[in-house]
Amino acid sequence: MKLLQERTQKQQIGQSLIIQTAVRQLVPFVQLFGLYVIVHGHYSPGGGFQGGVILGSSFVMLALAFDQSTSMRLMSERANVMLGNAGVLIFTGVAALCAIVGGLFLDYSALDAIIPLGPVEWRSFGIFLVEVGVGLAVMSIMISLFWDLSSAGEMDEGL
Amino acid sequence: MDDLLAVIVAKYNYWIYVILMMIGFYAMIGKRNLVKKLIGMNIFQTAIILMFVSAGVKHGGKIPILNKYEVLKNGIDATQIVNPLPHVLMLTAIVVSVSITGVALAILLRIYREYGTLEEDEILEKLGK
Amino acid sequence: MKALALIATLVTGVILLYGTMDFPAWGDPQSPASGTLSTHYIEKAVEETHVPNIVTAVLGDYRGYDTMFETVVIYCAGLVVISVLRRTKQKQPEKKA
Repeated sequence: MKLLQERTQKQQIGQSLIIQTAVRQLVPFVQLFGLYVIVHGHYSPGGGFQGGVILGSSFVMLALAFDQSTSMRLMSERANVMLGNAGVLIFTGVAALCAIVGGLFLDYSALDAIIPLGPVEWRSFGIFLVEVGVGLAVMSIMISLFWDLSSAGEMDEGL
Repeated sequence: MDDLLAVIVAKYNYWIYVILMMIGFYAMIGKRNLVKKLIGMNIFQTAIILMFVSAGVKHGGKIPILNKYEVLKNGIDATQIVNPLPHVLMLTAIVVSVSITGVALAILLRIYREYGTLEEDEILEKLGK
Repeated sequence: MKALALIATLVTGVILLYGTMDFPAWGDPQSPASGTLSTHYIEKAVEETHVPNIVTAVLGDYRGYDTMFETVVIYCAGLVVISVLRRTKQKQPEKKA
């Protein structure tokens, strides 16, 4: 125990041993909970925006307890930007696909012509696809906002 | 006295939110530090959001999450469920408030990098007015 | 300066409190805010979309346009913060030997 404490103090990044261990154990469960909130938007309070913020806050927790370079090593900047773009493109892509196939813009029951499930079931599935897109976009923006604001532009070390 | 109590019970939520709005408004125009003005704007936005959500409440109403099979069999009585439309509009308002706070903090960082201070009168002096 | 701000705040507060006299009572089921549109959403949302959460159904299906533009708004906020705060490394001007 004394050995672990001395090793953490010698490394000189981040907070004390208790906070580092607690954050390291909690981050997978927080991400699982965020995914649960996004997917269960149909049956319980939640949805895209709320789940996206919870997913983004798991990386912010890592950047607060350890160093910002640790957080940037686990989710690289390029992957973050790609996920954010993919989120917005999923939303607009599903909406434009509805218009291309035959209905109006954002009319999910017109997607019945591609895979026949029934127009009412397609509305429920269309809402689910759109919520996944929104969740990805919000997660990426939360992480990017925190990294930029805490390091004042140069993404080397933060708070 | 009875009449006054009836008026207070009917409208006291709007009075509380107007007082919260005025606290945020005073912080926006009366303080000199730029970060305190930003916090005042955030308080103002939160008061508006709460006022909208509280305007759609019904007495003895339930939350707008229903039981799918029961509703598909029988109907639903719309005067027993709380109005869901302000909840939807205020979700958008919360996200817009977060975006405004993020952009304003970035601009404040640039002002600090350029002038070295965040007090309003010192910045006006350095600009030469 | 602060006294002037306090007077302006108090005047605005009194005007707004006078304006709340016209509002319907809190919790009134017949108020105009719970008019025809939200009754239509509550009664028809489950049978038209098979989603029990009315807030998600209205946000994703009946008002999908607003949600799309809100996602664009938060994406633009992220872009603005990146473009305002990043500094490019200045190239050193070449010195003649």
